[in-house]
Amino acid sequence: MIQAVSPARSMHGGQSAASAGELPSYREQTHEVRASFEKLRSRAVILNVTRLDKTFTGVRQAQTWALQDINFSTHRREFLCVVGPSGCGKSTLIRILAGLERPSAGQVLLEGSPVDGPGSDRGMVFQGYTLFPWLTVKRNVMFGPEVNGLGRSHAEREALKWLQLVGLEKFADAYPHQLSGGMKQRVAIVRALANRPRILLMDEPFGALDAQSRARMQAHLLEIWAKIDITIVFITHDLDEAILLADRILVLSAHPGRVQELIEVPVPRPRRLSQSITPQFLATKARLEELIYSEHTGGELEHLGADEPGAGQVE
Amino acid sequence: MDVRAVARPHWLRIHQPLPPRARLTFGVLSFVVPLALWSLVSYAPFVWHPDVRITDPGAVSYLVVGSTLPRAAFASEVAAAKMQGERPPRGVAADPIYLPTPVQVLEAFYGAFTTPPPTRDGPRLEQSLWHSIQVIFWGYVISSIIGVPLGVLCGAYAPMARLSEPFIEFFRYLPAPAFGALAVAILGIYDGPKIAIIVIGTFFQQVLIIANTTRKLDPALLEAALTLGGRDRQLLTRVVVPGVLPDLYRDQRVLLGWAWTYLIVAELIGTTSGITWFITQQARYEHFANVYAAIAMIGIIGLGTDMLLAALGRRLFPWDRSLGRVTGR
Repeated sequence: MIQAVSPARSMHGGQSAASAGELPSYREQTHEVRASFEKLRSRAVILNVTRLDKTFTGVRQAQTWALQDINFSTHRREFLCVVGPSGCGKSTLIRILAGLERPSAGQVLLEGSPVDGPGSDRGMVFQGYTLFPWLTVKRNVMFGPEVNGLGRSHAEREALKWLQLVGLEKFADAYPHQLSGGMKQRVAIVRALANRPRILLMDEPFGALDAQSRARMQAHLLEIWAKIDITIVFITHDLDEAILLADRILVLSAHPGRVQELIEVPVPRPRRLSQSITPQFLATKARLEELIYSEHTGGELEHLGADEPGAGQVE
Repeated sequence: MDVRAVARPHWLRIHQPLPPRARLTFGVLSFVVPLALWSLVSYAPFVWHPDVRITDPGAVSYLVVGSTLPRAAFASEVAAAKMQGERPPRGVAADPIYLPTPVQVLEAFYGAFTTPPPTRDGPRLEQSLWHSIQVIFWGYVISSIIGVPLGVLCGAYAPMARLSEPFIEFFRYLPAPAFGALAVAILGIYDGPKIAIIVIGTFFQQVLIIANTTRKLDPALLEAALTLGGRDRQLLTRVVVPGVLPDLYRDQRVLLGWAWTYLIVAELIGTTSGITWFITQQARYEHFANVYAAIAMIGIIGLGTDMLLAALGRRLFPWDRSLGRVTGR
């Protein structure tokens, strides 16, 4: 068992990346990591998904299973990533959590009460920004508090506070089209957070960003998450992103979408990009690839591998 | 770099925007080219000139200086005069009286405002125009007051759409002028029926167009609003309406153009009035230059209003970057 990651050890791990045989098991955790998971499990359950099914009725009443028997729960302040091959229904899953779609069977409980339709207790960040183009950045952030009955001046104070958190207070009066993709997504995140939701649902939020903005946004999101009391469910097709961000990774299979494994990420926090060559990181990634690509033929595997860091994959 | 890109300007390729100078040049050309064609036809005798304008009636008793007649008729008169040994009439190649030259129309344009009306109690041109503008305005406003909210509701709520759109689809095929006699019977002979025709001509298209525009709102915006806690009424007032407003504004500009196209028919209903009265009067006296001038004036008012509205739209909706492109200006 590895006690702690020394720089020398991680260098060694990086060099041996090609031969997966030398990697430690992704199940091995340092004391700190194990302690942090114990702490996480001791916290209250925020979201509880039980026996969730989702079927779609296609042409001639043909039933397709999008999701089948999904069970998992997240604890308070947890960062949960959901990964899976294309067509595994991860977007459907998060839309059900948001209340935008109804499950065919099963239940979603948010702090013990069943989810029925969308609500401000769950914030959502979409891949396509979805900022209201006719509202300034500030008014976009004020939208949630205002429709939930907060007075305008109060909502404005809240909005400015949130914009400060993501360093966008200078752009309060700009319109969304004047912002870069990364800035738009920061606004979308604080717009969701301004409602003080119990959980933040993120559906491939950085999928449309270029690699550099994406890396910046990942660091940024971890910073926000560290500062406030929020549980995050984050959908991604980028395995590095999942490992960098998550406490645990829910791996789905495709056709139908089923839970393959719920992986506890052994990479210690605070996370940095440089950790992506540590043995824990590589071991986790090897496991994820095994789970996700084993379903595909060789040709498809190559194709998906090449696509992996690419932005904007269509789900 | 592509070799062809050097050989010819990039804006000749599909979907490429024009540079500002070329935009201006082509915009001016779009008016200059038809004007040049008109000048060519009306000034150069060899192009068309099917008639002869008499400069000397000769011995033909019914001809007067300045009147025109077709070339064939003129030729037979000349031949007849020569046969009888009389003095043949003389004339120059000319266009028919209904094709004035650009300069004549320009003079008429100026003269129309400065000369008194043909009848003593008749309205002057600017009064006629003002009357027409009022008819258009009220027809358009009445149609919009009902049509825009109804269209938005149809676009937002399926039951509303299903309840009204099939009937409206049927009604929009009925030609508005067909209701002329009915409108006069109900609303009298003055402006009432004229406004009604413009309302009938505009309203039904308006509801369908506005409803379709409303349906085109990005559903992701509605979903975002839902996850932020927005409820039904709020979604309509805070997302649907502001979200489609720039597009509705664009639709309204197009519809205003349609309202103008119903004007002439509308003004013929009941007592002829407005610019139509001016046009029919001038045509009766064969002052065709004035007729063209009046028609051009409608075009200028229409285009001018639309350009003003486009500019206003850019100020009203600073976030909408596609505004003003409706006619490629």
